Amino acid sequence: MFDQFLYGTEAAINGLMTGVMYSLVALGFVLIFKSSGIFNYAQGVMALFGALTLVGIQSGQVPFAHLINAIFGTKIHHFGWTLPAILAIVLTIGVMILFAWLVERYLLKHLVNQEPIILFMATIGLAYFMEGVGDLMWGSDIKKIDLPIPQGINGTIDSLTYDWFGYGFYIDNLDIAAAIIAVVLVVALTIFSQYSTTGRALRAVADDHQAALSVGISLRSIWVIVWGIAGFIALVAGVMWGAKSGVQFSLSLITLKALPVLMLGGFTSIPGAIIGGMIIGVGEKVFEFIVSSSWFGDAMGFTMNATENWFAYVLALLFLVFRPQGLFGDKIIERV
Amino acid sequence: MLYREAGDYKKSYAEDSQTFPLKLDRYGYYAILAIAFLVVPFVINDYWASAVLIPFLIWSIASLGLNILTGYCGQVSLGTGGFMAVGAYASYKLMTSFPDLNIMIIVLLSGAITASVGVLFGLPSLRIKGFYLAVATLAAQFFLVWLFNKVEWFYNYSASGQISAPTRSMLGFEVTGPAASASAKYLFCLVLVVLFAWIARNLTRGRIGRSWMAIRDMDIAAEIIGVNPLKTKLTAFAVSSFFIGVAGALFFAVYLGAVEVGEAFGIQKSFLVLFMIIIGGLGSVLGSFIGAAFLVLMPVLLKNIMVIRLGWPGDLAGHLELVIIGGIIMLTLVLEPHGIAQIWRVTKQKLRLWPFPH
Repeated sequence: MFDQFLYGTEAAINGLMTGVMYSLVALGFVLIFKSSGIFNYAQGVMALFGALTLVGIQSGQVPFAHLINAIFGTKIHHFGWTLPAILAIVLTIGVMILFAWLVERYLLKHLVNQEPIILFMATIGLAYFMEGVGDLMWGSDIKKIDLPIPQGINGTIDSLTYDWFGYGFYIDNLDIAAAIIAVVLVVALTIFSQYSTTGRALRAVADDHQAALSVGISLRSIWVIVWGIAGFIALVAGVMWGAKSGVQFSLSLITLKALPVLMLGGFTSIPGAIIGGMIIGVGEKVFEFIVSSSWFGDAMGFTMNATENWFAYVLALLFLVFRPQGLFGDKIIERV
Repeated sequence: MLYREAGDYKKSYAEDSQTFPLKLDRYGYYAILAIAFLVVPFVINDYWASAVLIPFLIWSIASLGLNILTGYCGQVSLGTGGFMAVGAYASYKLMTSFPDLNIMIIVLLSGAITASVGVLFGLPSLRIKGFYLAVATLAAQFFLVWLFNKVEWFYNYSASGQISAPTRSMLGFEVTGPAASASAKYLFCLVLVVLFAWIARNLTRGRIGRSWMAIRDMDIAAEIIGVNPLKTKLTAFAVSSFFIGVAGALFFAVYLGAVEVGEAFGIQKSFLVLFMIIIGGLGSVLGSFIGAAFLVLMPVLLKNIMVIRLGWPGDLAGHLELVIIGGIIMLTLVLEPHGIAQIWRVTKQKLRLWPFPH
């Protein structure tokens, strides 16, 4: 039984790391939701788009090569250079900021004062649009990202835990790196929003749109900044997920995984996004471990597998029934 | 000039409140019905039936269903694909367990089963609102698809995990199975579409429909004036799921014939139906039809132009299609949040006065 417990703990720790990866996506949601009340379904596609753009720029792909080839009958695909990683990252961040500006200019500006649900559906449209544009620009084949992650952390953990328990835990290097990056991001975001002028303006907008407007904060530029930051977080999330499972269409589906994280943690809380991610990550791994194990089968007469597909949603659903605003969300007050 | 109400006198309340109060509209509606029932079945060929007409009819039922829930009652649902899967698997189990049962009864029973599942997943809507609910309905989507994938009883322990529809006939004509003729399938769907459009129209303008709209516009206020939110929301979920379940059953039994659940009823289908009602018009019966027609016809048209005419590769056309659909969704929401149905209404209003506006 003790070794079962150890396997379970290993599953839980791996779940914790996956949960941090979910949180990376959820962070972008929370930022946009707090400052504009928009529930941005396109966050996952932004992650995909960011990662695609980074790989495309770095490997010197010609944007829209397929489309150009189809229209003009040419056969171009690469410029024939590879850019250094730093330059590619800077250029990609530039693209994401441009994207934020375009979204504000052509979509959000026209949808001010609409119901939240209309805005939500608009971002679903945006997600489809971006997905198509991303595929058109860079092609839909699976791309690889190699991250310069220091190897050997997991080896150390493996041998340490082997000494302690007589069983070595396996934890992916990439997951450890993602966890560290997530912590750094949260600290950086907190410092930014607490101690800089822009951060203060951002919090003011989150608090009350009209009051912020009346003291001279430009709502529109704040929105561009927020979408830019969310784009940057999406880029980080996209690169981490891309390094894990390849940059491909399924990356955009992590939005769907981030949604229950948000519901659990509350839409308006940055710590909530992190803790919600961890709960979901650990919960789904441990649940899968329990219901697929042989002793569960002996006790209940059946086993289940691939429960990760729905566990997060059902957990969030049950949780919301008892606490509709999530763990850390602001209390929902309704008036007629 | 031609389209006007002058001389169209109403002599009773019933005449005044009928669905098509203007004579011209009424005759137009009868003409469309006559063409659909008496002309189309004789000229239809397999390509038109399978590429355009039958999908249009089936998606119309589905978007009517979602429109009742989202457009009239204001509860956004992303679980449409899952509920369609319930309809499909219910019809499969009924068809294989009761071979003598009439196919029409099977389809309606699958709708009823889906309605009960819908009510179950609708229960949280009493506590959860807005897009919290939208995300909660994702639980239905993913859980149901997983269930039909993993529990072998649902697909009768077949090795491939697929379900395929056995041959069933209606009034002597085969409507399901490989040998069914295009016009028989088409007529079978058409009868159901007309029936459900009639039901939807009459439900939404009666007491139930008005209580749905009251809940949509402001649920707390509605509760205060005496609308029971529990009953109202759950009836919306039940009716909507009934429609969607019937659409799922038809999609499986009549249209596809064989189905693999993850592919046929995935999350993409939920979005597709949601897009149909956004583009067509939220809270409009006509809008459901327009939206379904639009999103069924557009991919066919785009494919014809890009792949067949211009000879572009298929994946490129697929990506462009995503761009265009996403663009149209955003454009609709920015320019006319009430969809094409609203544009149609405005046009009719203008036409009444044309060519001499005030």
